[in-house]
Amino acid sequence: MSFITRGFRGRRQLDAPAGRVPPGQYVTADFPVLSAGPTPRVPLEEWRFTITDPLGSERSWTWAEFTSLPRETVTVDIHCVTKWSKLDTTWEGVSLDTLLADGTDRAGGHVLFHSYGGYTTNLPLEDVTGGKAWIAFNYDGQPLEPEHGGPARLLVPHLYFWKSAKWVDGATLSDSDRPGFWESYGYHNYGDPWREQRYQGD
Amino acid sequence: MDNERHLDGNALAGLFHDVFGREMTHECACCARCGAENQLGAAWVYRGAGDVLRCPNCGSIVMVIVQNSDGFRVSFEAIRWLQTSA
Amino acid sequence: MAGAALPGRLNWLIARATEIIEETERVRSIVLDCPGWPGHLPGHHIDIRLTGEDGYQAQRSYSIASPADDEQVVITVELVDEGEISPFLIGELRVGDRIEIRGPVGGYFIWEPSRGGPLQLIGGGSGVVPLMSMLRARVRAGSDVPVWYLSSARSFDDLIYRLELESISSEAEEVEVLHTLTRSKPPDWTGLTGRVDRVMLARHVWPAFTRPLCYVCGPTGFVETVATSLVALGHQPGRIKTERFGPTN
Repeated sequence: MSFITRGFRGRRQLDAPAGRVPPGQYVTADFPVLSAGPTPRVPLEEWRFTITDPLGSERSWTWAEFTSLPRETVTVDIHCVTKWSKLDTTWEGVSLDTLLADGTDRAGGHVLFHSYGGYTTNLPLEDVTGGKAWIAFNYDGQPLEPEHGGPARLLVPHLYFWKSAKWVDGATLSDSDRPGFWESYGYHNYGDPWREQRYQGD
Repeated sequence: MDNERHLDGNALAGLFHDVFGREMTHECACCARCGAENQLGAAWVYRGAGDVLRCPNCGSIVMVIVQNSDGFRVSFEAIRWLQTSA
Repeated sequence: MAGAALPGRLNWLIARATEIIEETERVRSIVLDCPGWPGHLPGHHIDIRLTGEDGYQAQRSYSIASPADDEQVVITVELVDEGEISPFLIGELRVGDRIEIRGPVGGYFIWEPSRGGPLQLIGGGSGVVPLMSMLRARVRAGSDVPVWYLSSARSFDDLIYRLELESISSEAEEVEVLHTLTRSKPPDWTGLTGRVDRVMLARHVWPAFTRPLCYVCGPTGFVETVATSLVALGHQPGRIKTERFGPTN
């Protein structure tokens, strides 16, 4: 056990509501910025979101088209694998259910999301459907800032937040599960914070 | 390229001690993508779920360090060689 | 370089605060007495680890402000309101308190008089801390390496080490100290104003043909601007060492 520092508490919130904080997490009022590379700058007129099905067929939306789709506002807790959790965060975006609604071949059951800048993350298709995931473009009532993933990011709050890919530009559906960026460096393939699935083998 | 949030490799000096057991920031590495040779202390560092080191010349990821339950997992993504000194 | 490699493992040591010095309203120098300290070189930094009673830990790096002095290590810390550790070091820590430190680390950024010069030091805000260690070492060693020191601060009252720097530059022929103030200046200010940019660097740093060793430290944006400008002015990238203070996660 390390040497205890007299009088040190840190910035975390100590009065977290019971049952809201997964094991090993602490609650913060901040919104830390973590990244693996430079923040991409994507002009909205160039932004595209593309879903590719297992046969290679593509469906694409421009920013104007995307933001015309039915949108939802959700308030969720988010949990980062680096141990901070942020409660009651409010996002506005398009549900993956809406994007996958008409005719996209869902065979296979796996999806790899990719982002401007090269980041990727993999999820089971059933974890981004049924009201569990959104492509979010507003945070806390304001347009999502670039450092937090704007113009748009994936939001999958029931899994560790590295799965909520920033600067998302598309998703590829497949019948094979390919590990994404952090998954390929040893993070857990699924990432359930309530089972503390941080690393491969957990 | 937008570099407003990267640190220098020197910021990982303590981490390098944990991983390699010695001071490493002054050692030179050759980027396998572009061939540039730089001290590890000059790498562009992004700290996220793990620590990502990028070549200060071309921006390619050269090394990734993840601290997991067992210790550290180091991915030598694009290091052609690493030179140690006396 | 042989001077950067250290024997033995890097262990956490317990250091005791023996003095706290108010440098500016938001900046404190903390003198630490650390039994077992192996010594350090100018430019090195330490890691500080704080542990709460429930086991919660935070760890941050701080540049060493002092030249080597037995088992004494001085750090200079700027208060970051949203910080994890600086609000503890400035506000809670008392003389006599003990904290865990390890080091020295960061051999990439060291300078010793034996490396020669001319030496160009450029610091933004608390980025001047490791640069001050270099300057203090140069003075203590009685070295004649020419040093130009350029610092950037928001206002006159934010200038760290101002009086000591005045004293050093007035006593040493080959040491020049310049400050630039970016937000406000006193009516009788004769120093520079405005952010450090290529124009200011072209006028006030060692010209590239003198092949200075450049050490740049401060916030990421500051360091990026300065380093890019130095290269544009013809300085060799290999003779520019940078240490960015990032936003902490």
